[in-house]
Amino acid sequence: MTSPPPPIVFETRGVTKIYPMGEVTVQALRGVDIQFLEGELVVLLGRSGSGKSTLLNILGGLDVPSSGEVIYRGQQMADFSENELTQYRRNHVGFVFQFYNLIPSLTARENVALVTEISRNPMKPEEALELVGLGGRFDHFPSQMSGGEQQRVAIARAIAKRPDVLLCDEPTGALDINTGVKVLEALHSVNREFGTTTAVITHNAAISDMAHRVITLSDGNIESVRFNEVRRSASELVW
Amino acid sequence: MLAIHRKLIRDLLQMKGQAVAIAAVIGCGLAVFIGARNTLESLSKARDSYYDRYRFADVFGSLKRAPVSLAERIAALPGVAAMEHRVVEGVTLDLPGLDEPAVGKMVSLPDREDPILNNVHLLEGRFPEAERSGEILAEEAFMKANRFEPGDKIRAVLNGRLHTLTIVGIGLSPEYITTIQPGSLFPDDRRFGVFWMRRNQIETVFEMEGAFNDLTLSLMPGANEKEVIRRLDLLLENYGGLGASGRDQHLSHRFISDELQQLKTMSIIPPSIFLGVAAFLLNVSLRRILSLQREQIAALKAFGYGNRDVGLHYLQMVGAIITGGVLCGWIIGTWMGKSMTGMYAGFYRFPDTTFRPEFSVYLSGAALSYFVGIVGVAAGVMQAVSIPPAEAMRPEPPPTYRPSLIERLGWHRWLSQAPRMILRELTRRPMKAALTTLGIAFACAILIVGNFGKDAIDYLIDFQFGLQQRQDATITFHEAVPESAIGSLGAIPGVVRIETFRSIPVRLRHGSLSHQTAITGLDDGRDLNRLIDASEKVFDLPARGLVISSQLAKMLDLNRGDSVQIEGLDGERLVLETVINALVDDFSGTSAWMRRDELHRLLGEGPVISGAYLKFDPAREGAAYRALKEAPAIAAVNLQKIAMQSFVENFAENILRMRMINILFASVIAVGVVYNSARVSLSERSRELATLRVIGFTRAEVSRILLGELALLTAISIPVGFLIGSGLCRFISKALETELYRIPFVLNPSTYAVAALVIVLAAVFSSLIVRRGVDHLDMIAVLKSRE
Repeated sequence: MTSPPPPIVFETRGVTKIYPMGEVTVQALRGVDIQFLEGELVVLLGRSGSGKSTLLNILGGLDVPSSGEVIYRGQQMADFSENELTQYRRNHVGFVFQFYNLIPSLTARENVALVTEISRNPMKPEEALELVGLGGRFDHFPSQMSGGEQQRVAIARAIAKRPDVLLCDEPTGALDINTGVKVLEALHSVNREFGTTTAVITHNAAISDMAHRVITLSDGNIESVRFNEVRRSASELVW
Repeated sequence: MLAIHRKLIRDLLQMKGQAVAIAAVIGCGLAVFIGARNTLESLSKARDSYYDRYRFADVFGSLKRAPVSLAERIAALPGVAAMEHRVVEGVTLDLPGLDEPAVGKMVSLPDREDPILNNVHLLEGRFPEAERSGEILAEEAFMKANRFEPGDKIRAVLNGRLHTLTIVGIGLSPEYITTIQPGSLFPDDRRFGVFWMRRNQIETVFEMEGAFNDLTLSLMPGANEKEVIRRLDLLLENYGGLGASGRDQHLSHRFISDELQQLKTMSIIPPSIFLGVAAFLLNVSLRRILSLQREQIAALKAFGYGNRDVGLHYLQMVGAIITGGVLCGWIIGTWMGKSMTGMYAGFYRFPDTTFRPEFSVYLSGAALSYFVGIVGVAAGVMQAVSIPPAEAMRPEPPPTYRPSLIERLGWHRWLSQAPRMILRELTRRPMKAALTTLGIAFACAILIVGNFGKDAIDYLIDFQFGLQQRQDATITFHEAVPESAIGSLGAIPGVVRIETFRSIPVRLRHGSLSHQTAITGLDDGRDLNRLIDASEKVFDLPARGLVISSQLAKMLDLNRGDSVQIEGLDGERLVLETVINALVDDFSGTSAWMRRDELHRLLGEGPVISGAYLKFDPAREGAAYRALKEAPAIAAVNLQKIAMQSFVENFAENILRMRMINILFASVIAVGVVYNSARVSLSERSRELATLRVIGFTRAEVSRILLGELALLTAISIPVGFLIGSGLCRFISKALETELYRIPFVLNPSTYAVAALVIVLAAVFSSLIVRRGVDHLDMIAVLKSRE
């Protein structure tokens, strides 16, 4: 009894990325072929410099590959204009960063509203904040919240637009284990309840236990791909 | 080169746009300072040495006629150091190519030697010879304006007879640094000249043998000028003395003293504004750099650099920017000083008007710039370098925000997130917002001040020549003539209207205050010379009492209803009392008026007139002028058209130049402030703005948030600038107020509009430059790093 495989959200074919760094060039990706399926929670593991952030930036429309193809729901992203890339980020992608990147002059609610005001089918800012467990902190400014709370505001901001994909770059990198777990729980529940395709970058191998699939990158190549038969919930993770 | 110096140079290159903008603001301020100060020094030195070498007198007096024997008694007055008696007479000139008559003043020169006082500097040609009749020396301005050369001949009416005079040389005198015809506001060198003739020749022509009608005195150090004048007036009482006066009443001296005073003001106010703005810009820019380099400061200190070394490093950065401004200011200021001195040399004639840059001016200007700049940044530098290294290694705590006032008032419902961000940013640092606004406002104010001169003078011309003095010519007789003379005036071809006046020189006294002026008696039903005050109200002369200009009332501390003593300075020296019946708020002179019949009654004289105001049929103007040129009884003719022309010629060019400079300088300030603020905001908020780009804001939307703040501040600064500008103009109109004229406080709507437009353009220009920075925001780099 096998259900049909979920549709493909992203597909990359032979993606390379070369950065000029002054006189020398750095090859961050050396021909990556990979697919991301709808509703999947993928953890990208790798040491720094392995190319995982570069891949995430390319998927998120923040960067373009040096060669190869990136296909988002059947569309070649290379064909996107600057404006189409902006629209793509606005309507389809949610980002979560290591250092939260909240707007310090806006409250939690307003930081989320910043996104809901410009997207097509958003949820209410309060609803998004409730989802990440910040029901009581709507009117707090970033300077009045802990790191974990700030990161959960960032997640609420990312999911409030009901994105197709959620891209998280080291979301727990600046947090201790207790707050980190809360943040991962929030990500987990969003993935579970909305079926949002979620990619989480980390160099913390412990987190990979909550993923459907774990992709390990090394020196710009995919080193290994592992499916988790049994997934652990965030609260069970230890590092 | 030490590594820390390399860092200095590279940091400066990194911020070159801002550094140039700030240096430009300093440069402009210093240029005005250097230019105005050097011109002031050059002019006042030129004047002082001129007065000294050519023995400019201290006291001046004129009279009807006194025997030369009286001179010895005058010379013996206590406090008098030297005395020169002369014959000075008015002449009418018939100049080729000039329809209207020109007039001149003929001054006697001793037959053989140089004058003891007010010596004449020979520029070209030679002095007249005592034995040759008809030889004269002419003042330079007249010669230049009429393109005469030594050897040229001119026709003139002297003592009622036509003479042909030969100009044998060109001279200059400390008495006539500027030559203004009595009754005019401004010099008109084409139609008014000063000439010198040997004493025996002038005595013969004017029948003044053994007599004099003018004298000048120099005083001993410490002499009481007032007392000397009082005694002199007593001595001259029986000889038709017209009242002596000191240098403070001397027209040429007063003109140049007023000018020097204005230069002094100019060397203080604009440079203060520029340096204040520069200090603020340095403060904002350096604070940003200190915050960006927080970790670098920590590292330097961890390596063993002391607080002093690090502090000095940043002060050197500020010092380098100021040095750039100082060098610019020195160069531009020298150029400005040279061209200003050159411009003044056209107005004021000294034997030597070389531009003499003073080392001390350059030094004090530079010292002032460094001082203001360093004071502007000192607190910020000290604060930044004194943070312990370990603390500085940690990122700065996130800035604390709170809802802005508008939101706390409950209006937040109408605000989306972007305006909220703008408002909170402003609320978080109100001082910075206020100073930015003030900086732009000052740029706006400078533009308003720049155009104020034109507005005021346009209005003055309109007032003076359109409302007040509507005659075509004012003629003055040698002495009072019976009213019946109107008949002969009526016979002049082309005259369509005649209004007569009686005028007597007086000294008005109120308590211990006194002032020399003239009372003009006017008829009722006037249409040509009207009495109009600043609110454009036409005054009718009351049947009794005196009407005086407010300026005169202020000088004599008089109010309406006060009693004033009139001391006639003409003929019988009557002393009378009358009441001030009204004050007229006008713009020029220190005049006094009453009804002609009242004046006759007070003087106990019959109906006589001193002159008349004439209106011509425009088609027959030429004929009227020709007739006036040859009328022997007429001592002076003042033509309105000419007065207006010379007024415009004298000022139009300079005003235009000042406007251009003002627009340039104001733009430097506006661009400097807006560009710097935008750069600093971009740097401070690049992370925030990149985040917005990542979550789907377009470049335009992000730019709106960054520039919206500046647009708001610019919008607020414009009305503030209007207020400061009009305040400054009001101050200037008061500060430049002299006895000769008052500058009306008038600002046309177009002046405000142009100021606002220039500010908006400067803001848009700066925004476009910074907008490029938004387009190049590195989204990835910003997100990967922590602030």
